[in-house]
Amino acid sequence: MAHSHSIRRDCPELPDFSLLKRLARDQLIYLLEQLPGKKDLFIDADLMSPLDRIANVTTLKQHEVDKLYKVEHKPIVSSSDQLCFLIRPRIRTVKWICDVVNADKSAGRSRRYKIIFSPQKFYACDAVLEEQGIYGDVTTDEWAFYLLPLDDDIISLELPEFFRDNFLEGDQRWVRTAGSALHLLHTLYGPFSRVYGIGRCSKMAYESWREQVEEGEKKACQAEIGKVFLIDRDVDLVTPLCSQVVYEGLVDDIFRIKCGCVEFGPDVTSSDKSLKVMLNSQDKVFNEIRNEHFSNVFGFLSQKAKNLQSAYDKRRGMDIQQMKTFVSEELKGLKQEHRLLSLHIGASESMMKKKTKQDFQEMLKTEHSLLEGFEIRECINAIEEHINRQVSNVESLRLLCLLSLTENGLLPKDYRSLKAQYLQSYGVEHLLTFANLKQLGMLVEQQPGETLTVMDSKVGKLVNERTGGKLNDAFSSLAKKSNFRALSRRLNLVPKSDEEYDLRVPRDMAYIFSGAYIPLSCKLIEQVLERDGWTGLEEVTRMLNGNEFAVTGSNGAKNDSQRIILVMFLGGCTFSEISALRFLGREKGYKFIVVTTAITNSARLLDAMLDHHM
Amino acid sequence: MAFITANWNPLGEAFYRKIELYDMSWTLREGFRDCLVAAAPYGGPIALLKECQRRSPSARPQLEIYSASGVTMASFQWKSGPVRHLGWTVCDDLLCVQEDGTVLIYDLFGTFKRHFSMGQEVVQTQVSEAKVFHSPYGTGVAIVTGSSRFTLATNIDDLKLRRLPEVPGLQGAPSCWAVLTQDRQTKVLLANGPDLYILDNTSCTAVSLPGISCPFSNIVCMAVSFSYKYLSVFTDSGHVWMGSANLKDKLCEVDTKVRTPPKQMVWCRRPKSQQASVVVMWDKLLLVAGDCNDTIQYTLDEECVCVGELDGVRLVGPSRHEFLQEVPLVCEEIFKIASMAPGALLLEAHKEYEKSSQKADEYLREIKEQCVLGEAVRQCVEAAGHEHDTHTQKSLLKAASFGKCFLTNFSPESFVSVCQDLRVLNAVREYTVGIPLTHTQYKQMTVQVLIDRLVYRKLYPLAIEICRYLKTPEYQGVSRVLKHWACCKVQQKDESDDVIARSVSVKLGETAGVSYSDIASRAYECGRTELAIKLLDYEPRSGEQVPLLLKMKRSQLALSKAIESGDTDLVYTVVTYLKNEMNRGDFFMTLRNQPVALSLYRQFCRLQEQDTLKDLFNQDDDHQELANYYVRASYKEKRLEARLSQLQSAVDEYNKAKNEFAAKATEEEMRLLRFQKKLDDEKGEGLLSLSLQATMEALLTAGLHKQAEQLYRDFRVPDKRYWWLKLKSVADKEDWEELEKFAKSKKSPIGYLPFVEVCVKKHNKYEARKYVSKVSPEQRVKAHLAVGDVEAAAEAAIERRSEVEMNSVLSVCSPVTDRVVVDKLNRAKAAATKK
Repeated sequence: MAHSHSIRRDCPELPDFSLLKRLARDQLIYLLEQLPGKKDLFIDADLMSPLDRIANVTTLKQHEVDKLYKVEHKPIVSSSDQLCFLIRPRIRTVKWICDVVNADKSAGRSRRYKIIFSPQKFYACDAVLEEQGIYGDVTTDEWAFYLLPLDDDIISLELPEFFRDNFLEGDQRWVRTAGSALHLLHTLYGPFSRVYGIGRCSKMAYESWREQVEEGEKKACQAEIGKVFLIDRDVDLVTPLCSQVVYEGLVDDIFRIKCGCVEFGPDVTSSDKSLKVMLNSQDKVFNEIRNEHFSNVFGFLSQKAKNLQSAYDKRRGMDIQQMKTFVSEELKGLKQEHRLLSLHIGASESMMKKKTKQDFQEMLKTEHSLLEGFEIRECINAIEEHINRQVSNVESLRLLCLLSLTENGLLPKDYRSLKAQYLQSYGVEHLLTFANLKQLGMLVEQQPGETLTVMDSKVGKLVNERTGGKLNDAFSSLAKKSNFRALSRRLNLVPKSDEEYDLRVPRDMAYIFSGAYIPLSCKLIEQVLERDGWTGLEEVTRMLNGNEFAVTGSNGAKNDSQRIILVMFLGGCTFSEISALRFLGREKGYKFIVVTTAITNSARLLDAMLDHHM
Repeated sequence: MAFITANWNPLGEAFYRKIELYDMSWTLREGFRDCLVAAAPYGGPIALLKECQRRSPSARPQLEIYSASGVTMASFQWKSGPVRHLGWTVCDDLLCVQEDGTVLIYDLFGTFKRHFSMGQEVVQTQVSEAKVFHSPYGTGVAIVTGSSRFTLATNIDDLKLRRLPEVPGLQGAPSCWAVLTQDRQTKVLLANGPDLYILDNTSCTAVSLPGISCPFSNIVCMAVSFSYKYLSVFTDSGHVWMGSANLKDKLCEVDTKVRTPPKQMVWCRRPKSQQASVVVMWDKLLLVAGDCNDTIQYTLDEECVCVGELDGVRLVGPSRHEFLQEVPLVCEEIFKIASMAPGALLLEAHKEYEKSSQKADEYLREIKEQCVLGEAVRQCVEAAGHEHDTHTQKSLLKAASFGKCFLTNFSPESFVSVCQDLRVLNAVREYTVGIPLTHTQYKQMTVQVLIDRLVYRKLYPLAIEICRYLKTPEYQGVSRVLKHWACCKVQQKDESDDVIARSVSVKLGETAGVSYSDIASRAYECGRTELAIKLLDYEPRSGEQVPLLLKMKRSQLALSKAIESGDTDLVYTVVTYLKNEMNRGDFFMTLRNQPVALSLYRQFCRLQEQDTLKDLFNQDDDHQELANYYVRASYKEKRLEARLSQLQSAVDEYNKAKNEFAAKATEEEMRLLRFQKKLDDEKGEGLLSLSLQATMEALLTAGLHKQAEQLYRDFRVPDKRYWWLKLKSVADKEDWEELEKFAKSKKSPIGYLPFVEVCVKKHNKYEARKYVSKVSPEQRVKAHLAVGDVEAAAEAAIERRSEVEMNSVLSVCSPVTDRVVVDKLNRAKAAATKK
């Protein structure tokens, strides 16, 4: 629709990712068959939705799964002689299984237990089993289910904890998982001709993947994916903290899309029931509005409604024969479209109610001022008021972080007073939240320039000496400085505000933030692809703490696949970023495939910083 | 080529031939006199223990090891006890069974490897006879002691000694015995005079030979076939009985007409042969006895040793090494005099062709007419494999290749593979190598094993040549050989660490599939730790280095390498190891220098060992983290006192960390908790652990304004916050009187617009109007609009001459009802622009 002015028609076709699902399903079935006979299956809560995309209940039942339970970390009620646990490799869950087994033991009950770790097992899990004395009582397996295709161009590792574990706790166990995921994609759709990346974690994931390529067998095949771009989430923390205003992102912010599926409440469905809806390219209405700025969506939907009406109206004046064809051929499609249309109109109305409120408008204004760097004092006041009025704890935190990230930290006076206000509003336990945010460099006190640079080089040197730059480092956050303002200037992230920005005919990726800001992550991708590397971006990478790389792979073939680009976000990416990349793809004739450790947004990102779940 | 059959001897349906393998290059002046001799099957090495019967205590016997062609591989003085028996294991190690039951194991080059004992009691009773045998489980040893008891070890690599039951009536040594493996069990078959017994784990069973017809009073010799399927027995009447080893069937019985007990009897039978035959040897006579009543006799001019093979018998003598076999069927068909077999005709055709004779065509036609050209080629190819003489091989292969030209769709595979096999076989038969394998043996043994044997003999270049020639995949072929070479290299004690490390890395380079850590591991086993570390540096996968480094107690290095590998599981492994190996202080100190390991361990502790976590922070003087730890812990405490004490600890730590802000915040929290507790006790409001804001809110909602006020003052709550809060809660209760009182209490820090707005929100425009006049001029337009007073809003906007505000008023005006106001505003706007 609106983008037609610049669409390049020669976009290559995307590879077929349903293969990934088939592989995962076959392996799961194989693993289930390793425990013959009837068995009860316990599934980790956050594996349930992904599992549902791979194998439905009927399939599981076919392979002698008797009852299905969610892992709830409570004593179990099961009469089966065989228990199978399908879990993420987390110590807490393994401990719970130990409790289950030990409870059975003391009750004199003997069963067979099998733990299937997905996507892999960690040494620590074995260590716990051993410590709790049940190592010999259970058999363990790995279900190498690394990648879940959420849509034609989105693949998720469904590992939301990646962000916190890796960037906050300095726990790198998921890096290898990311490497393995990349290896799987490479084996199935490679060989890749170029690999670019930025960030420590990206570099490590790349190394891990290289190692696996070297160990594995080499095969020659037609590449379906040409280039790969790896990026750490902490390279760009600003973008995920911005309010999303593109339809798909907005739906995620408000209703929370889970594993490609959203639950619309009664206010949307205009009935007394909630409705679970899959949101992907199969939904024709959604597919047309997902990447649109919210302000256009209503117009589009009403136009659509009119078209639909006139399609229905065709019935008038039809003879019997025509009516027959109409009913058999068109009516079903129209009805389906009608249903979807009314759903999305309902969703839009509901969102409109929330988003046109004054609070929201003012917040957007503050946000844009922060991105542009204007009227910072007013912004601080607005944030203070926001905290005082207790509008929302996560939102306040989000604005605080945006302020710190865009301004390279808060002035000591503001830092203290805002934190104090926040603690008064939401409780002193957020001392821990602030400690976490500081560790990550998301909410810090401004340092006098001198000290920070000294620290910078010191830590940098320390890291390089010890490890040859190969590993992440718990101190990394100390050296972190967002340099947002300078980056924004150099990369033109903020379009000039004096020009009118027509959101219906976007001219650049800034449209996803109402024309106020081009996401740094996507801009980097655009620049690197244009330059085929980092040449000319030295200043930028220096400000981003380096760790950039560009490597030529084995496949030099010049074909369409070279314009298929896989972007892997380590630590999550937002729907807005995906929309921006889709836009970029249309502009430049690329097709982007987004692989992410999880779909994220500001709320999820900040939620991960809270310590309540400990 | 008529001479090919010159050394053939018929026996029943089949022919036997004896071919010479080597002229031995050793010089044994006294032959095998006084020698213990052992030759390994599959053309393996030969061991000699000379003068084993010690003539004087000072004379030490000499142990010598030769290749099958008689090339010396090792020679040394035997310094251990008297040896009863020599034998070879399946992997070419030499077993020396001593009288006292000790078995010593040496490698091909005479290097001592290890020893084991056949049991304590044997030391007393002494081994009187021993046999080394091979079974699917590996190499075994069987002994019989002076007290007539048998002991078995089925697999010397997994030593389990089994003492077999006593044999009734057996005194002294049995007249002869053999080891059988049947039904996955190893048994001993023994003869005591005319009686036969089978000894298994638990019992001794008397058995008899089925169908034996000749009378005899003693069984003097017995032999089991290579495959353990057949048994032959030699009686004192000079008869050979042959039958199945399970003693169910008889195959035949032959009268040798020799009554002296033979020196050796060995089966000589190729796989799938119809004929059962054994070779019986006396001092000067060698006799082949088979199904028919006839025998073949060879006179021996020197003392020999027979070695049973899969498809024949090798005769090792002091000057010659020969091979006696049943002529393979296909060779027989081709070379038999006047044979009209397709292969024979093809060979003939090719011979004529080489002579440029037209007879070649005649022969070919004959074959083609019978449509057996394919068969002819196949025969020639197969026969070539069985021939030892290279000329014969060549002429057969040439004939096959010639015949192939006239065939359109003959698969070349068998031809190619036989050519390759022969090339390899000829190379290893070469007497410098000395492995006289037949094609059948080679196929049974597989290339892999052959390569292993070459490697074991340190014939690395040949092994690599063969791998390259056969295009064996690198990791099974060249890489494997190179790895063994390197493992051997690191044991060379006369070279320095540097030289060895360098030469290994030069030769191995980046060869795929060679693990430097395996080589380093060998170096370490030889006690060369430094060399091991040097070699590990060449290992590209740091993960591979870790286990060995741990073994060498280089734990720090292991930790860095594990971290470098990026494999967190490996890091955990090392961390766990260190935790058990080191004392706590050193352990923590080590972690402190490795942030990655530290964060991993912290993660683990967070879930598994909270107390360790505390110790960890303590050790590091990480007061900030320690304080956070206490804060976190405080939330887990149910009792207020415990919680307060945790928080107090947090305050102390925050102070140590110079984090005054956090210390103060925590102190305030403690104060708040106490306040809440007090109030809860007095009023039962359930305030405990609410945030300050929530507490004030709850107090205001409950109408406890005084207490809320107190908190506001005590905790220095910003005015704005308190006003917002109070405004909201009073409005929520719609307590308009209190609101008015509050508005008048002092000048509002948040202005009065919020007052207007809360009232409007509660749909009380009357109350809202009370505050409009108090609103600051900047916000007054908004206030008027909020209460719906368009006129007043317009007035205010005009007064302020603000176009923006005028527009905002205009936007809410209805053109019908607010006609006057609209006109007024438009006029004012026009006036403003004029100016």
